[in-house]
Amino acid sequence: MGTATAPAAPAKAARKPATMAQALNRALHDSLAADPTVHVLGEDVGTLGGVFRITDGLAAAFGPERVTDTPLAEAGILGTAVGMAMYGLRPVVEMQFDAFGYPALEQLISHVAKMRNRTRGTMPMPITVRIPYGGGIGGVEHHSDSSEAYYLHTPGLQVVTPATVADAYGLLRASIASDDPVIFLEPKRLYWGKADWSPDEPETVPPLGRAVVRRPGRSATLITYGPSVPVCLEAAEAATAEGWDLEVVDLRSLMPFDDETVCASVRRTGRAVVVHESSGFAGTGAEIAARVMERCFHHLEAPVLRVTGFDIPYPPPMLERYHLPGVDRVLDAVARLQWED
Amino acid sequence: MTPTAPPHHLPLAEPADRYRAMRLVRGFEEQALDLVREGVIAGGIHPYIGQEAVAVGVCAALRDGDLITSTHRGHGHVLAKGASPHRMLAELAGRVTGLNRGRGGSMHAADFSLGILGANGIVGAGAPIAAGAAWAEARAGRDTVVTAFFGDGALNQGVLLETFNLAAIWRLPVLFVCENNGYATTLPAAGAVAGGAVERARAFGIPAQTVDGMDCEAVLAAAAGAVERARAGDGPSFLECRTYRFEGHHTMERRLKLGYRTAEEVAGWRERDPLPRAAAALDPGEADRIDAGIGQLLADARTFALASPAPDISGACDYLYADGLRPRAGVTL
Ligand SMILES: Cc1ncc(C[n+]2csc(CCOP(=O)(O)OP(=O)(O)O)c2C)c(N)n1
Ligand SMILES: [Mg+2]
Repeated sequence: MGTATAPAAPAKAARKPATMAQALNRALHDSLAADPTVHVLGEDVGTLGGVFRITDGLAAAFGPERVTDTPLAEAGILGTAVGMAMYGLRPVVEMQFDAFGYPALEQLISHVAKMRNRTRGTMPMPITVRIPYGGGIGGVEHHSDSSEAYYLHTPGLQVVTPATVADAYGLLRASIASDDPVIFLEPKRLYWGKADWSPDEPETVPPLGRAVVRRPGRSATLITYGPSVPVCLEAAEAATAEGWDLEVVDLRSLMPFDDETVCASVRRTGRAVVVHESSGFAGTGAEIAARVMERCFHHLEAPVLRVTGFDIPYPPPMLERYHLPGVDRVLDAVARLQWED
Repeated sequence: MTPTAPPHHLPLAEPADRYRAMRLVRGFEEQALDLVREGVIAGGIHPYIGQEAVAVGVCAALRDGDLITSTHRGHGHVLAKGASPHRMLAELAGRVTGLNRGRGGSMHAADFSLGILGANGIVGAGAPIAAGAAWAEARAGRDTVVTAFFGDGALNQGVLLETFNLAAIWRLPVLFVCENNGYATTLPAAGAVAGGAVERARAFGIPAQTVDGMDCEAVLAAAAGAVERARAGDGPSFLECRTYRFEGHHTMERRLKLGYRTAEEVAGWRERDPLPRAAAALDPGEADRIDAGIGQLLADARTFALASPAPDISGACDYLYADGLRPRAGVTL
């Protein structure tokens, strides 16, 4: 193994249009440059630069011993990351698509998530697992899953998902810097969305565990994350025609969960709808609705409702527009928040 | 109006039949590439072009009632095992007339009536399914042979090695067919498969050989021996077919302009194209006649697929459980 020297960080950049994919790439680049223990590994992350090009150019910049193409073996890749983390490295693993993370679930659930607790704090697992997730790209079942609830149900894991270009950068850097494992879910259909952005502005690095109000409003709160954030913002704009002024909360981090921001919003508005792509039964929305009900019961004017994907495997391309929560389904739910009585 | 697919039968007994089957797979894939470009097939495909001799050679060694499991690059296997090209194309286009009524798509096409247990979007996942089917068939007293197709990339999945072991200790009637096309996406097999493919199988006591996967007749000869062995109750065999995909890993690759294979390498393998090689062994003019017939068949398949309706959302929740248990749509009451 040779040693590659990290290139110098580029000079401070002004804001300019960037995609989420570029911001993620830059976050990986900057993390590799800032910390020599960071090690990116996964299928096709080197030569190819990842099937979504998120690791583009990193192998050339940092060398194959820091950005490593692995054989097709998810359980082996993640298990290797556990050993690497035990002995001083900070692995950043890419799972090529949502469903391809499942062969690695054993390592994740039985070892990554439990190690710190099992060793009474002596053995942290500073591992980031990046997973492109969600639908809307015409993929079929194994390429469009929203797998967040599986991870959320595993104590010991943090689960983070960005919805904006700036958050993609900031949250990924914070995830890699975290001493505990993070499942970093990248909404693949937002990869190519653009926004004016500069990596050098400090407010682009939010701490993990903080939600953000994307749109203030007084009538009701839409609680959402990842790929559903743009849908909710669009719904909130459309709702003004009905006389509703909707607040949109982007959770950003599902675990740790920001009860404070969510409950402050619901106490203000008195009504809430949770919106996500993954199926509803025993899903993220169930937890959120329960937490809101437990904490804000006396402020609620209506039951907390959920708008989710159907309780079915991800449907084929010709049906996905029905399955994904869209503006109409969000507005239907808002209409049922007991406005009359 | 929902059109009905015409009856389809794909003989593989004679060299001309096998040339015809390879032409069918090649033409099907070329047409599918067009339909991806036209936006009719959403999500893209993993083209099988270049590897036709493997699917056709192996399936020619099988008989009706034998079973196969397939892969993400599965169109060739599914067609060579006799699936209707009309219904296969409709499946790719997500139409109700497809093999899975448009619910499986390119990577999950199946036809149990023909012993096609399914293409599979999860690399390596088909092999244990093949072993289980082989167990069940053997236990029922049938002499069915089950073939598991997989790529060189799958050789590195733990589940594949677990399946080698299970098939060997239980002497299951399984034929493992590794299509070594040199790459798993962009990763060269040369640096990724320690110890070699046939050596791995042999370590489990499974007879294994490497065969020229660009030569349909050579594949057939090797597969026939392995099938005979499995049918006689002597357990699994392993075949490594050295082959090459002429196209990118996936249709998305065209846009990415990746440089992991040299133009010379691709050109060198194209010279070993299995179709001209098979055509050369036929009577003069026969290949041309076959090509024209396949051209017509595929044009009909295209018309059929495009005339077929998309599935209706109302049935989305119908088939998750046996009768009586219906999942909910996505809004709580
Ligand atoms: C478990 C799993 N991990 C990753 C993938 C993504 N993927 C699809 S095909 C492929 C490469 C497969 O290579 P190989 O088995 O050689 O088959 P080939 O594509 O060459 O036909 C990868 C990594 C997948 N489908 N399943
Ligand atoms: Mg391969």
